[in-house]
Amino acid sequence: MNRENLKMCFHLASENSSITTCHGKMADRYEPVLSMRDYENLSTMAHHSQAEQRSYANEKTPSTGPMEPDVASDPASGGFFAADYKKHEDLKSMLDGSKDNLKLEAMKRIIGMIAKGKDASDLFAAVVKNVVSKNIEVKKLVYVYLVRYAEEQQDLALLSISTFQKGLKDPNQLIRASALRVLSSIRVPMIVPIMMLAIKESVNDMSPYVRKTAAHAIPKLYSLDPEQKDQLIEVIEKLLADKTTLVAGSVVNAFEEVCPDRIDLIHKNFRKLCNLLIDVEEWGQIVIINMLTRYSRTQFLDPNKADMIQEEQEKSFYGSESDKDDDEDDEEKEKEPVKKPYVMDADHRLLLRSVKPLLQSRNSAVVMAVAQMYHHLAPKNEVGMIAKPLVRLLRSHREVQSVVLSNVATMSAKRRGMFEPFLKSFFVRSSDPTHIRLLKLEILTNIAGETSIATILRELQTYVTSSDKDFVAATIQAIGRCASNISEVTDSCMNGLMGLMSNRDEAVVAESVVVIKKLLQMNPTEHKEIIRHMAKLADAITVPMARASILWLIGEYSDRVPKIAPDVLRKMAKDFTNEEDIVKLQILNLGAKLYLTNSKQTKLLFQYVLNLAKYDQNYDIRDRARFLRQLIFPGEKGGALSKHAKKIFLAPKPAPVLESVFKDRDQFQLGSLSHIINARASGYIELPDFPEVMPDPTVRNVEEIHAWASNDKLSSKKKPVRKSKSFYSSSSSEAEELSGSASSDESGSGDGSGSSTSESDSDGTSSSSEEESSSSSESSSSESDSSSDDSSDKESDSDSDVPAKPVKKATPKATPTKTKGSKKDAGKDGQSNMQLLNFDDIGPPVQASGAGLGGGILTPALATDLQGLSISDKSPGTTVSSAMFTPTQTYELLNRMNSQGLAATYRFTRNVCIYSATMVSVELNFTNSSDAVIQTIKLGESKLSSGMKLHEFPEVTNLGVGKSVSVTLGIDYGDTTQPANFEICTESRKFSVSIKAPVGELLQPISISEREFQSEQSKLIGMNENSDKVSIPDAINNEKAIISRVAEVANVQIVPASDPEHLTYRFAAKTLSTGSLVLLTVGKGKITTNCEKMVIGSMLVKDIKKSLLKV
Amino acid sequence: MIHSLFMINPSGDIFMEKHWKSVIGRSVCDYFFEAQNKVSCHDDVPSVISTPHHYLISIYRNQLFFVAVVQNEVPPLFVIEFLHRIFDTFSEYFGDCTETTIKEHYVVVYELLEEMLDSGFPLATESNVLKELIKPPNILRAVVNTVTGSSNVADTLPSGQLSNVPWRRSGVKYTNNEAYFDVIEEVDCIIDKSGSVVFAEIQGHIECSVKLSGMPDLTMSFVNHRLLDDVSFHPCVRFKRWESERVLSFVPPDGNFQLLTYHIGASSLTAIPVYIKPNISFRDNSGRFELSIGPKQTMGKNVENVVITSDMPKQVLNMNLTPTQGTYSFDPVGKTLTWEVGKINPQRLPSIKGSVSLQSGAPPPEANPTINVQFSISTLAISGVKVNRLDMYGEKYKPFKGVKYITKAGKFQVRM
Repeated sequence: MNRENLKMCFHLASENSSITTCHGKMADRYEPVLSMRDYENLSTMAHHSQAEQRSYANEKTPSTGPMEPDVASDPASGGFFAADYKKHEDLKSMLDGSKDNLKLEAMKRIIGMIAKGKDASDLFAAVVKNVVSKNIEVKKLVYVYLVRYAEEQQDLALLSISTFQKGLKDPNQLIRASALRVLSSIRVPMIVPIMMLAIKESVNDMSPYVRKTAAHAIPKLYSLDPEQKDQLIEVIEKLLADKTTLVAGSVVNAFEEVCPDRIDLIHKNFRKLCNLLIDVEEWGQIVIINMLTRYSRTQFLDPNKADMIQEEQEKSFYGSESDKDDDEDDEEKEKEPVKKPYVMDADHRLLLRSVKPLLQSRNSAVVMAVAQMYHHLAPKNEVGMIAKPLVRLLRSHREVQSVVLSNVATMSAKRRGMFEPFLKSFFVRSSDPTHIRLLKLEILTNIAGETSIATILRELQTYVTSSDKDFVAATIQAIGRCASNISEVTDSCMNGLMGLMSNRDEAVVAESVVVIKKLLQMNPTEHKEIIRHMAKLADAITVPMARASILWLIGEYSDRVPKIAPDVLRKMAKDFTNEEDIVKLQILNLGAKLYLTNSKQTKLLFQYVLNLAKYDQNYDIRDRARFLRQLIFPGEKGGALSKHAKKIFLAPKPAPVLESVFKDRDQFQLGSLSHIINARASGYIELPDFPEVMPDPTVRNVEEIHAWASNDKLSSKKKPVRKSKSFYSSSSSEAEELSGSASSDESGSGDGSGSSTSESDSDGTSSSSEEESSSSSESSSSESDSSSDDSSDKESDSDSDVPAKPVKKATPKATPTKTKGSKKDAGKDGQSNMQLLNFDDIGPPVQASGAGLGGGILTPALATDLQGLSISDKSPGTTVSSAMFTPTQTYELLNRMNSQGLAATYRFTRNVCIYSATMVSVELNFTNSSDAVIQTIKLGESKLSSGMKLHEFPEVTNLGVGKSVSVTLGIDYGDTTQPANFEICTESRKFSVSIKAPVGELLQPISISEREFQSEQSKLIGMNENSDKVSIPDAINNEKAIISRVAEVANVQIVPASDPEHLTYRFAAKTLSTGSLVLLTVGKGKITTNCEKMVIGSMLVKDIKKSLLKV
Repeated sequence: MIHSLFMINPSGDIFMEKHWKSVIGRSVCDYFFEAQNKVSCHDDVPSVISTPHHYLISIYRNQLFFVAVVQNEVPPLFVIEFLHRIFDTFSEYFGDCTETTIKEHYVVVYELLEEMLDSGFPLATESNVLKELIKPPNILRAVVNTVTGSSNVADTLPSGQLSNVPWRRSGVKYTNNEAYFDVIEEVDCIIDKSGSVVFAEIQGHIECSVKLSGMPDLTMSFVNHRLLDDVSFHPCVRFKRWESERVLSFVPPDGNFQLLTYHIGASSLTAIPVYIKPNISFRDNSGRFELSIGPKQTMGKNVENVVITSDMPKQVLNMNLTPTQGTYSFDPVGKTLTWEVGKINPQRLPSIKGSVSLQSGAPPPEANPTINVQFSISTLAISGVKVNRLDMYGEKYKPFKGVKYITKAGKFQVRM
C-alpha cells in the first residue's frame, strides 16, 4: 500500500517539475498580454512547486530519476502556444482582464465554439486561470471547458486541481459537489490518487447530494484507471449501505459499471433497496430494477416450475407449439414430482410487490423495466398485469412505441393470451411509420387465436389495400402465418390469397404466391385447383421469387397436374436463358422431377435444359446441371445413386414452420439494447437461469438497528447476541472489517488523515468514561483485526469479543439520526482512541506515510485542502480530533457556606459542546448540602461582554438533600479571555458567578501533518509569534511527560514528528470561536506559539511554561 | 451510459454537440445519416442504430434529431425517455425547441445539459430543480443581470434536490394563490367505410397550473373514478392513497405539470362525438370527392376547430372542391388535402364536394385514402369523468381553484 503510494508520489512529483518548466515558457510568451499582476501569480505558482519539489527532495532522497524523461517530452509543454498565438487574441485579453462581464462574454463565446465542435484548445491556459473566478457563471463555464479539454492538456489541467480541492471543503454542499464532479470528470490519469482520496472523503459527507456525486465519480475513476477496482468496490460497498434515496440509484449504477458480478454486496441491501425503490428518482429506479432482476435470477427459484403440468394442458389446447418446447417441458416435468410444492421466497415476493406500483410511472423506461422484471421473474398468473401499462406506452412518442412494440412482440410470441384483450390497440393507423406498422403486424399475428382471428383477418384485409408496398407484403405474410397456425381459417385465408393473385401490383402477387406455396406444402391434397391456377399464372408473373415458387410447386405436385406440368417445362425451356438464376435452378429441378415421373414426355426437354445449363454463366447452375446429369443419366461406371434418384427427388418434404421472427429474441433480457438490435451489445450481461436449488435466503437478513432504542441500551444490546449468535457475530465482524479497513486505508493512503478524520466524542454528556474506555479497547481490537488480515480468525475473534461488541453497537444508537455515519464514526473513534493508546511509542508507520505523502503528491496547500475537507464541515462530529487528555481539575463556583448549602463546581470537559461548535463545554456540578430540598436551579440573567454567548443548562427542578447533579453549560467566549458573568437562580435566591476559562480550554485540537504545520507556521510569523525561553527540568524532559504536561493545560493535538531525535514537539489546535489556528512548539528550551490571536498566543506560552516548570 | 449528444437539423448539419465523457468524433453520425438516407421519411429512421463501436439512439421531434451515442448496454428506453426530457426542458425554457432557439441560447443549453447529466447518468431532470439552478432566460432578467451583474446560475443547491419532494422548489410565494386543472380527453378511434367503429378509446390527462405559496398538500377526488382504467402519475402523487381510497393526494410542483394520464379502454362503450360521411370515387382520369360532417353525442356542446386532412393517392393531380363553410387547400406535392371547417353549426351541417383530377395514363388508385379529423369540444369530458372536489391542506390561505374540461380528437381516423 505504502509502496504504491510512494510510487505515485514520485510520478506526480516529476510531473510537477514539468509543470514548472511549462510555467516558465508560458510566462515568457504571456508577458505582452498578461497584466503584471497575473504574471506574478503565475511565477509564484511556479516558485511554489519548485520549492515544493526541493523540500520533497530534502526529505526523501530516493531516486526520482526514471520517470522524468518521458514527461519532459510532453508536447503541451513545448512550443504549443507559438502556433496559435494570434488566433484568439481578443478572447485571451478578455479572459485576462479583470472585468467579470468581459470574462463571461469570452467564456460564452468559447462555449459556443465547443458546442459547434470547433477546436478551442489553444485557449486552455487563458481559460484555466479563471477557474478561481468569483463569478459563479464564469466558473461553471470554465468547468465545462476544462472537462472538455483536460484530457488533451493534461499538464495545464493540473493547475486547476488545487482549486477543486479547495472547493471540496467548501461549506456549501453545491460547491463541494460540483468540485467533486469536475475533479472526477477531468480525465487525467495523474490525478487518480487525488480522485480516489476525494471520493473516499465525500462518501462520508454529511450531504447526500455530495455522496450522490461521489457515487457518480466512481465509474468515472474506474474508466480512467481500472486498477483501482478493489478500492472502488470498497467505496461502493459503503455507499450501498447508504439509506438515502438520492444515493441509491447512483450507487447501483456505479455497481453495475464497476463490479456487476459482485452480487454478494447486494444481499445485505436487498430489502432496503426494495423498500426505498418507490421513492428513488426515476432514473435510479430503472437501474435498480434491472440489477435486481439479475440478482433475483441467481437467488430465487423459478416460480413457474410448479405450473408446468397445467401449462402442458394449455399447450395441447392450442396445439401448435414447437417440438422443442415440449421436450424442454418434458424434462422439467420429469424433475417435477421429486420437488416439494413451490412456495415463493418472501424476498422474491417483496421485490415483486415493491416494483408493482412503478407500473404507474410516467416514465416509460421505468414501466418497461418493471414489465421485464415481471416477465422474467413473476409467476405466470401475475405476468398478465403488465400488459395494460405496456399498451398505455403506445400512446407515447414513436421511438418509445417502437421499442415497446418490439418487446411486446417478443412477449406475445411466448405468452399469447396476455395481449389478446388489447388486440385493437395494435391496429395499424394510417399515420404510423412503416417500422411501427410492421411491428404491429407481427404482434397481431402472434396473438391471433381462434376467437380473435376473424377480427384480425378483417383488419388485415384493409391493410392489403394500403399504398405502402412493404407493409402490404408483410400483411400477406402475416395472413399466411395466421392460416398456418390456425387450421380453421386456412381455407378462407387461401381464398383470400388467391384473390390477391389477380392484384394489379406485382409485388403483392409475388408475395401471395410465395405464401401460398408454403401453405400448400402443408396440405397439398385438396388444392389441385390452386396449383392449376398457379401454373397459368406462371406466364404472367415476372417476379423471380414467385416464378421459382410456382415451378417448385408444379414439380413437387406434378402427379396432381400431369397434363399441365410438361407443358410448363416446355415454356420455361424456351425462355431458359433469359431467366433469373433462382428460376433457372427451379427449372432444372422441375425437369429432373418430371423426368423421373414422366420420362416419356420430358426426356428430350430435360436434356435440352441440361445442355443450356451446362454453358450458363453461373457456376451454381452449371454445377447443378452436372450433378443432375450424373444422377439421372448415369454413365457406365456410376449409377449407384441413380437407382435412388426418385427417392432423392421426390421424398416427402416437411412443411416449413411459419413462426415469429421475434421468437429467438427471447434469449436477450427484455428491454435491453441487445434485445432491440438482436445482437449482443458490448457490456451486456446474460440473464442467468434460475438456480435448481434455492441459495441460502438468510444472507439477506439484516440486523435491525433500533435507532430509538438508546434508552434501554442494556437490554437491546444483549438480545441479538443471544438470539442468533452465529449470524450476528459474522455480520458485525464484517462491519468491523469494513470500518477497520476503511480507517487503515486512510492512514495508509497518507496525508496523516488517520488523525484528522477522527472525532471527539460527540456523545457529549451521555458518554460515560467507562463506555469510552471500553469502546476504545474494542476498536483497537478491531484495528488489529483488520491489520492482521483477519479472514481466518474472524469468527473466533468476534465471539471472544462479545462483551465489547455491544458497546460498539450502542454507539450508533446513541446518535440516532445517522446510523451510517455513526457507524463510520465509531470506526474513527476507535482509531483516534487507538492513537491515544499508542502515544507511548509514537507510531512510525503513521508518520512515515504522512511524510511520504506530503513530500510527494501534494503541495502543502493541496494537503491542507484535503484535510480541510473535514475541518470546514460545520458539524462538530467529524471534524476535529478528540481531546488527548480530559482534565479532572474542578473549580469552585459557589461555596456552600455563602449560598445556603448549594455548592457548585465546574470543570472543562473538552468535549465538543452539544449546543454549538463554537462553545466551550462546561460541566457544572451542583450539590445540595443544605437540609432542605432546593427547587428549580436555573440560569438567571447573564452579563456577557460583547461577542460572547451562553447556552443555558436544562433547569434542575428538584435537588434533594445531599444529592448532586451535573449539567452542561455552553459558553462561547468569542476567543477572549474575559470571564463569563451570569447568575444562578434557585427558587429563592440569586447568585452572581463568573467562569473564566483558562486559555488552553478555548481551543479545540486538530490534527495536521508536520509539513502543513510548518507551512502554516511560516505564515504566522512576526506579530503572530510568541516565544519564551524555558529550561525544562530533566525529570520531565521526555516525550511522554512533556506531552502530558502540555495536554493538561491546553486542549491541543500532537503533530506526529518526522524525526523524534529533534526533541521538538509540535501541537496544533484551533480556537473554538473563530477557528484560527494555534500552533505550539515546545523543545530546545523554548516555547513558541503561532496564532493570529496574539493574546491567546502569549497567554498560552505563559500557561505552558508554568505547567512545565511545576514540580 | 450516455456518452455524447449530437443535435442535427433536417438538412443534416450537426449544429451542436456535447460530450460527457471522452470526445467522440462527429464522424460517428455518418452511420446515422446512412440509415436516414435508406428510408423515405424522417419518421422511419430507426431509433436504435448499431455501429461497430457505438450505438446510436435517436429521437426525432419538431424537425430535429437528437442523437445520443452510447457505448455499452443500456436500456434503450432509458436513453429515449431522457432525450425527450431534454427536449421538453428546452421547450419549457425557450418556449419552443427549434434549431434557432437552441442556437440562440447555446450557453443555457450547455449549462442545462451539464446539470442534467453527470458522466452519462441523469442528475437533475426535475424542471423545478433545474429552474432554480439555472434561471430561464427572459428579457427582464437579461436587463437586470446587466445592471446588477448577477448571473443566471444559482450558487446554492436547490432545496428540492434534497427534500423528499424533489419536484417542488421551496419558498414559493404568490399574491394570488390559484390552481387550475385542465381535464383533457382525446378520442382515438378508427371508423371504417360503413361508419361503424372499429376501435375507440379515450386518452385523458390532467394538466395543472398550480401557483400556490408554501407547501400545499392537495387532495383531488373524482365523481366516477371507476371510469379511469389505467392511470399513470406524476411522481408527486401518493400511490398508496390512490390504491386504497381512489383519491389523488399530492404536493404539487410549482408551475405547470401533468398530474396524471388515464386511459379508458376500448372495452367500455365510447361515444364518438362526430360523424363523418366521406365518399370518393375514381374513374379513368377523374374522380369525385364528397364529404360531410356532423355532431353526434356532444351533450349539446359546440364542436369547434374542426380540421379535416387526408393524404390522397399519388395519382391525384389536383382537387377542385367547394366547401359550404371554411377554407380548403390541396398541396399537390405532398398530396395533402386540408379543410379547415371551423365550428360546426348543427342547423347547417358543413360539407365539401367537387372533382378530383388524376394523372393521365396511370391506373386509378385502388386504395382509398384515410381521413384524419381534428376537433375540440370545450366544457365537456366525453368519458364523463368529473372532478368531485379539491381540498388543500397544510397552508392557511384560501386558494382559487378552477377545473376545465376539454375533449379533443386524438388519432381520429376514418377509412373510406
